[in-house]
Amino acid sequence: MDAIPVGALIIGAKLFIIVNGLLVIAAYLVYFERKISAWMQNRIGPNRVGPLGLFQSFADVFKLWTKEDIVPAMVDKRYHLIAPLISMTVAMAAYAVIPFGEYYVNGANIMVVAPGIDIGILYILAMSSIGVYGITLAGWSSNNKYSLFGGLRSAAQMISYELSMGLALIGTLMISGSFDLVEIVKAQSGGKWNVIFQPLGFLIFLVAAFAETNRAPFDLPEAEPELVGGYHTEYSGMKFGLFYLAEYVNMFTASCLMALIYLGGWDVPFLYEQLAGIGIAQGNPLLGFIQFGVFFAKVVPMLFLFYWVRWSLPRFRYDQLMNLGWKIMLPLALANILLTGIGIMLLKYFGIM
Amino acid sequence: MNVQHNIESERMSFWERIYLPEIGRGLALTFKQMFKPTFTRQYPEEKWIPTGSYRGRPVLVLEEEGERCVACGLCSRVCPALAIEVRAAETDKVKERYPEKFEINMLRCIYCGFCEEVCPEEAIIMSKDYELVFTDPKDAILGKDKLLIPIAQLQDRLEFLRQYR
Repeated sequence: MDAIPVGALIIGAKLFIIVNGLLVIAAYLVYFERKISAWMQNRIGPNRVGPLGLFQSFADVFKLWTKEDIVPAMVDKRYHLIAPLISMTVAMAAYAVIPFGEYYVNGANIMVVAPGIDIGILYILAMSSIGVYGITLAGWSSNNKYSLFGGLRSAAQMISYELSMGLALIGTLMISGSFDLVEIVKAQSGGKWNVIFQPLGFLIFLVAAFAETNRAPFDLPEAEPELVGGYHTEYSGMKFGLFYLAEYVNMFTASCLMALIYLGGWDVPFLYEQLAGIGIAQGNPLLGFIQFGVFFAKVVPMLFLFYWVRWSLPRFRYDQLMNLGWKIMLPLALANILLTGIGIMLLKYFGIM
Repeated sequence: MNVQHNIESERMSFWERIYLPEIGRGLALTFKQMFKPTFTRQYPEEKWIPTGSYRGRPVLVLEEEGERCVACGLCSRVCPALAIEVRAAETDKVKERYPEKFEINMLRCIYCGFCEEVCPEEAIIMSKDYELVFTDPKDAILGKDKLLIPIAQLQDRLEFLRQYR
């Protein structure tokens, strides 16, 4: 028997950690969503399953597993089956290039599944676009008018906001000069976070991220007063569960991206110089954990923002959504590119950069 | 020209039209709510005790010398849901009639309180009992054994009836 290459083992281990970690995180995101919405409505929230209700999400998922999977008679069975799989797979695929830190073993960054990919952001944008297929196929294959509405809305919404999202990112790319997320974080080191230099870009990215993840106030694809359940009306059991978990994984992805691209990833001004002073530098595994902790501490407020906005703002109307996307966000994103370009030119002219 | 304009740019100021400060105010409101006390009652552990005005399960009043009911059948007659069934019988006591059989089908009862209103003896009254769970339709038909409640437990409702009826 041939020996399994070490590289394959490492990739396998990373994938195992990422996939299982994400599923657990998605479960706990559901729990915290319920808790935070409860607090905002002066309620207590889930508190029965386990201490403080911490096992509530596992009970929910277990229920979804054991439920009967009802497939309506007139659906297109192939696409009905494929749609939730696309949603979940694509949501998780984005984590191939998301770095959780920068710790080198044998010259390779082990804090990211596929290190050294220099098209990181393009890959993530592509994956989030493919995510539309899951929702649209689900809506279409369900053979249900409301599901179809949900799917079509989702397609239109994602195409509109993908554009502003990509354009908003160009400003940061102009500053860092790379598509690689690790390089983008490196360009922000020492407190030069993009949120300071790109406040408009951050705002546009934030709004577009809400729209991309189908979260309130842009949750038109599943607007329950209008569309019953939207694209997942005809789904039950774990197929519905996959859509549900994919939504939370997408939300986590968007939060990670905001932390990486705009909040400096694992960067804290002066922290790593101090740590290097007491011997925690490259080669000390503690560094990896600290970087991961710092990164996570930036992701959590972004996640809270997602919940906070969802439980505060009413849903947009469809024409308002399109007006905002095409007439406001797109020109603002273009203006942001122009301003960034002028800023960079001026800084170079005066020799500051 | 006698035209009234009502367009968005006139109704709202610039800061209101770009939404963001208003969104910020909305978010601040929900954030404040997070730290206010909750009003949740943890039901099976903490139970709500209704006041005398509460219309729960209808019951028959049981005094020391026996039930008040004289089996006149008015409650059965007035019941809009046809939930009550009474069969009268005679005794040698001072009160010559008593219900041999008194059944309330709780699956039919709508808690309207007409039986209590129509009763000349104040013998059937609404109690505070709201935990009405049955695992079998047969269990939901309550006989005299379940309906008769000692008068001491029903003082709140009797007091309420005395005051407001």
